[in-house]
Amino acid sequence: MRSRYDIVVVGGGPAGSSAARSAAMRGKSVLILEKDRDIGIPVRCAEAVGEIGLKRFLDPKPEWISNKVNFARLIAPDGTAVEVSHHVGGYILNRKVFDFDLAQMAAQHGANIMTKTHVYDLKRDADGKINGVKYLYLGKPCEVESRIVIAADGVESRLSRLAGIDTVLRLQDIETCVQMTVANVRLDRQYCDFYFSSRLAPGGYVWVFPKNDHLANIGLGISGEHNAPRAAIDYLKEFIQSHYPDASILTTVAGGVPCAPYMDRMVTDHFMVVGDAAHQANPMTGGGIVLAIWAGQICGEVAADAIDGNDTSQKRLRQYEKLWYDAGGKVHIRSYRLKEAVYRLTDDELNRTAHKINKLAPENRTLVSIFKTALLHNPKLISDIIKVFLS
Amino acid sequence: MLNIIHEICDLCGTCVSVCPFDALELFENRLKLKEENCTQCLLCLNVCPLHAIEEDSE
Repeated sequence: MRSRYDIVVVGGGPAGSSAARSAAMRGKSVLILEKDRDIGIPVRCAEAVGEIGLKRFLDPKPEWISNKVNFARLIAPDGTAVEVSHHVGGYILNRKVFDFDLAQMAAQHGANIMTKTHVYDLKRDADGKINGVKYLYLGKPCEVESRIVIAADGVESRLSRLAGIDTVLRLQDIETCVQMTVANVRLDRQYCDFYFSSRLAPGGYVWVFPKNDHLANIGLGISGEHNAPRAAIDYLKEFIQSHYPDASILTTVAGGVPCAPYMDRMVTDHFMVVGDAAHQANPMTGGGIVLAIWAGQICGEVAADAIDGNDTSQKRLRQYEKLWYDAGGKVHIRSYRLKEAVYRLTDDELNRTAHKINKLAPENRTLVSIFKTALLHNPKLISDIIKVFLS
Repeated sequence: MLNIIHEICDLCGTCVSVCPFDALELFENRLKLKEENCTQCLLCLNVCPLHAIEEDSE
């Protein structure tokens, strides 16, 4: 632990560890400050990740993976299950182990890491320039200097606000989530189930992700707009009671997932935002693990280059925004539009769509054809989508 | 005034992320309300997944 680093990363989740690792690999001195006692705990996540996506960035280790899933079912409000025909390769991770390992990889490249450090403010020089952070360690106020601060501090990202970047989410752009890890349930561990229904999860969906044949992450997200008077916890208790009445609850976690338009401003002078803090999760699915690792990698590279070039101004750091946009911006925008369209479907429309799709030959029930059918049989939706695409 | 029910709060930060007035903060494993910033817009109460924020009757 030194008093000055090239880069201080606030938050030890996948985004923070990835940014730290990629900067440390380029020879920068990096410190990660994690507020919780442990890296990786609590797990506020459904833990599902696509196999192809993960393998683009990392070589998966067996100990990261609780279960491998091969198929997905989309379940309509009336219970009609649509099975996606093609192979859906995915993992249900063990995030405690996974996050711990990602941090370890950053450490192996030389990053320092501390837990139980609560960052409460940015440090600024006499001219007001950001030059580090102030934090409490075991209740004691401390400071550390850096040339760049990277905020990977999660959905609440208070640090960004202190830096002057607006990360406040509108209610329609956050999914309010609760998840229980439950035992004593009977499952086919090859299947992930997604329930779409305004009764079960308005403006969102319920997920059942098996960790093995009798253990699953069961959770739901509902649009922040629909969380009152009944809240996510009420919907989840009801779902588990009706679908898995014998379940024993081993874990209960709450969380908010940004399902928001992309942030066009992710940097300011000597400061960068990454991961959920930068609203980088996929707005349609809420999935964010691979996207955080990806963005973290770009963020760490740009930070290291900026330091090498002795220019950590906003103008220089904007390269990160550009590279992020080139890599995933268009998919993000499309996913946000899709989210708006899908969550506008009524339960009747969802049911009719499911019936139509199930009349297709099983081998044609690909995700693409499912979405196409959903759109084709809802003219209202098509005109809406055309409008969004033309706007 | 708003009342945070700490026995229910899971420290997930969902309320912090929607507060337009920076009136909420997760501070050392405890959700804190900065009353001087709070306008009682109730967004936090409406978005809490667990009903951990309530309106104080007083």
